Amino acid sequence: MARAVTTQRKTLNTLIAWSIGFVIFFPILWTILTSFKTEAQAINDPPLFLFFDWTLENYAVVQERSNYMRFLWNSIFLAGGSTLLGIIIAVPAAWSMAFVPSNRTKDILMWMLSTKMLPAVGVLYPIYIGFVKLGLLDSRLGLMIILMLINLPIIIWMLYTYFKEIPGEILEAARMDGASLKDEILYVLTPMAIPGIASTVLLNVILAWNEAFWTLNLTAAKAAPLTAFIASYSSPEGLFFAKLSAASTMAIAPILILGWFSQKQLVRGLTFGAVK
Amino acid sequence: MGRIVLESVTKKFGNTEVIPPLDLTIEEGEFVVFVGPSGCGKSTLLRLIAGLEDVSSGVIKIDDNDATDLAPAKRGLAMVFQSYALYPHMSVRKNITFPLRMAGLSKAEQDERVTKAAEVLNLSDYLDRRPGQLSGGQRQRVAIGRAIVREPSAFLFDEPLSNLDAALRVGMRLEISELHKRLETTMIYVTHDQVEAMTMADKIVVLRAGNIEQVGSPLELYHSPRNTFVAGFIGSPKMNLIDGEEAAKYGAHTIGIRPEHISVSGSEGPWSGKVVVSEHLGSDTFFHIHGTGLADTITVRVDGEVNFKYGDRVYLTPRDDVIHKFDAEGLRIG
Repeated sequence: MARAVTTQRKTLNTLIAWSIGFVIFFPILWTILTSFKTEAQAINDPPLFLFFDWTLENYAVVQERSNYMRFLWNSIFLAGGSTLLGIIIAVPAAWSMAFVPSNRTKDILMWMLSTKMLPAVGVLYPIYIGFVKLGLLDSRLGLMIILMLINLPIIIWMLYTYFKEIPGEILEAARMDGASLKDEILYVLTPMAIPGIASTVLLNVILAWNEAFWTLNLTAAKAAPLTAFIASYSSPEGLFFAKLSAASTMAIAPILILGWFSQKQLVRGLTFGAVK
Repeated sequence: MGRIVLESVTKKFGNTEVIPPLDLTIEEGEFVVFVGPSGCGKSTLLRLIAGLEDVSSGVIKIDDNDATDLAPAKRGLAMVFQSYALYPHMSVRKNITFPLRMAGLSKAEQDERVTKAAEVLNLSDYLDRRPGQLSGGQRQRVAIGRAIVREPSAFLFDEPLSNLDAALRVGMRLEISELHKRLETTMIYVTHDQVEAMTMADKIVVLRAGNIEQVGSPLELYHSPRNTFVAGFIGSPKMNLIDGEEAAKYGAHTIGIRPEHISVSGSEGPWSGKVVVSEHLGSDTFFHIHGTGLADTITVRVDGEVNFKYGDRVYLTPRDDVIHKFDAEGLRIG
């Protein structure tokens, strides 16, 4: 009897989980489906789900009208560059906070996190002016630095929690075994921290890729990444849903594929330390 | 090789003095055990010797050279940690050869030493496994292996057996003792378990709050504890400490009598009380007796199987020749 209840429960839980998953995924699915419709079918009432005339026309039009590759390249450059720069700064920072903490380490960590609570628009004006004065407006370098800075607290926090999990005794053992600081970092710490660094890099690439506030406000044409590419189809084009959807699908496809193949790493990264 | 001398060594964490000025000499080839309750500073003392903590003042000499400011790796000591502290991403072989790699030994020599160590420690079949695939006892052996391949002038053990289950602990205890006999290298061993201290040590250092309470061979500590702390700490079950009138009869503030030095009878003896708990171990029996008017509980240990049960009135006779006497400060008299 007890077993029967458990099985029923399991089935119910599975159903609920799949339903929630479907609801969350639905907007993305709808965007992808719409990208294969004609403009008329896209605004059909009642909406058409699967049974319409599938077409690649929107993709052809979008590709013709705007240079997808340029936006894609900017996105790759910004996501990759800001992540690399962030990691270079965050690794030593997290390292020192995890292994040589001071009385203020906890406060510093909280302070860094608190900067994420500030609405970005609150500092838009000073940063915009600063960018104008420094000639960084619509430059990939400027945007890369901004993206790095806004994600830096998250990178440091993630790395910090990873490094905290590495037992200090192992580093002491290495020191007793004759390892210099360089050997200790190279042969013991880094290999142990690589899974952590990998999932941090992954998450940060995704965050930077999806960032749509600074990338829209600080770029015009030169440095615009895929977020701007999507946006360019929303306002001036009015109600061309199918083309907007095609542009969106093209913009999110690379990161969706990356996320799909690295989901194991990502989940591990996000729940690290919670379950052991 | 392996003589370690501490001269007026102190250690402060912030304003807290963990180790007050302390002098200690560890002779070459000795097996020295630091024992004491948790928080007594025994691990800190070991870490000071290892160089993992800096001394606040004083001098540490290893083989007559001042090692006070030397980096851990330069002291020629090897350490085995409580958590084993193996490198999880390396195979057993790589773990054991790591110190040799760091020392820049040739590949051939590394292989030779690791093969030898693996044979000694029964690890030959596991050399290509990762630490995660080994049992607790095997991991501890790898940690010991990593220490012995370096041929250090002294081994430091920081509670190496406390993560193992009871049966394994006894086995590993014997293995470490055997290893000491074979290598004849100085070993310093930290534990809170007085049985480990008694069975393994040439010399025991009893610590309390960073102070050395007594240094001596296991039997010296057993037969003539310098104060009531050592008296209560060494020996199992614990020594009975009795204050008041009964002690005054012996001309002392406190007297101590070990459980094995009291005989128990159902009919006669100077002390009497009721059995509260009797523990039958087969080889011997422990009685915990209340209501004697001497102390809360008097513990008695008798050889073999003796049948008194809960509530029985029993009579106790202490052996007068082995009664320990202490003054009001808790120090031994005579």
